[in-house]
Amino acid sequence: MMSSVSAANTLEYDPERCVNCGLCSAVCPHGVFAEGHRAAEVVKAEACMECGACQLNCPSGAIRVESGVGCAYALMRAALKGKKEGGCDCGGDNTCC
Amino acid sequence: MRTTSSTLTLANWWDHFLARWGVNRSGHRVEPGLYALGDPTPDSPVLVTANYTLSFDALRSALRNTDAYLLVLDTEGINVWCAAGKGTFGTEELGHRIEATELAGIVRHRELILPQLGAPGVNAHEVQRGSGFSVKYGPVRAADLEAYLAAGEAAPEMRRVRFGLLDRVLLMPVELVHVFWPTMGVALLLWLAAGGLFAAGLVSAVAAGVVLFPILLPWIPTRDFTSKGFVLGGTVCTPFALTLLPWKQGGLAWIGPAWAGAFLLMALPVAGFLALNFTGSTPFTSRTGVRREIQKYTRPMAAMLGGGMILLIALIVIGLVSER
Repeated sequence: MMSSVSAANTLEYDPERCVNCGLCSAVCPHGVFAEGHRAAEVVKAEACMECGACQLNCPSGAIRVESGVGCAYALMRAALKGKKEGGCDCGGDNTCC
Repeated sequence: MRTTSSTLTLANWWDHFLARWGVNRSGHRVEPGLYALGDPTPDSPVLVTANYTLSFDALRSALRNTDAYLLVLDTEGINVWCAAGKGTFGTEELGHRIEATELAGIVRHRELILPQLGAPGVNAHEVQRGSGFSVKYGPVRAADLEAYLAAGEAAPEMRRVRFGLLDRVLLMPVELVHVFWPTMGVALLLWLAAGGLFAAGLVSAVAAGVVLFPILLPWIPTRDFTSKGFVLGGTVCTPFALTLLPWKQGGLAWIGPAWAGAFLLMALPVAGFLALNFTGSTPFTSRTGVRREIQKYTRPMAAMLGGGMILLIALIVIGLVSER
């Protein structure tokens, strides 16, 4: 069953569905996942920044996270413009990354 | 196929300097496609990157002793991490670029090495299904690439993103450029209306948020970025508030403390807001956390700023009246 791993973010993980390919621990830049014996293990849940790399690269749908950018500028602009929180919109003359 | 080398020229460094200062923000691009670095053979590794000059140059300059193919995706001049977040450094563009460059006919193996920070945009399994190339995620930093290639795998520390002092300082110019003219405009208004000390105090609050904040980030107490901004802004602004405290106007004893209060009410949310905005520059804040922080601080900061402005206007009016 998918279960939330920390109150600080939206990361959910179901070890039953894990096929132990090791990709989640390879892609995570904050060491949230570690390779386990039979399935990946969540070892630093609170460090998740919701980039979504693990979910996208998981072949068995064992990981779920509402990915998005942790950028106040982007979130406030989305709120002001009444747009969906799509993500960082920089690239033109704006920056947040 | 184009060729490139691992040597950075003076023109490259100048381009990096301009990019850091936000000059022609989206114009720092290299042509997407396949590049031969050194003298690659059909067995040489294929390394994938973005078409932002800072990304491309970081990659090639890290490969002094390696012959390789560099596959440059069209990310519209955006770095790997941000482009992956947008999806332009992504599964689709990678598949398209593999076909457009006819990579399968150039190399004998079927393996691509991607920067780890490109993973939020790329589904490795789907790339394999679509193109026949398997995706290996290399280290976070290009500087670790040769060690990674030699070992065939990434050491755990190569997989962690860092946000060291140099990384933080390099982000400062572009933030400075953003706030410079608005700050100067507001400071001029304040100088005319409320005096040089008030204006200088506000400039210090901005400097605290934009210059001191990135430098001191790991050492400022409290967890939230906004409250860190308050702590830092408060520290920098206290001397100004203390100088305003003994001001006297028309024999009113409370006028000095009122000036100091108006100043702090305006300066603290400025520092807090700039600190909150820095969340987008760090590689560790989550959307959930930032959203929570916005909800928690936006109203108090708006109330402080509004209250401070009303108080300031009242004090200016009182000053004009008492001079008469």
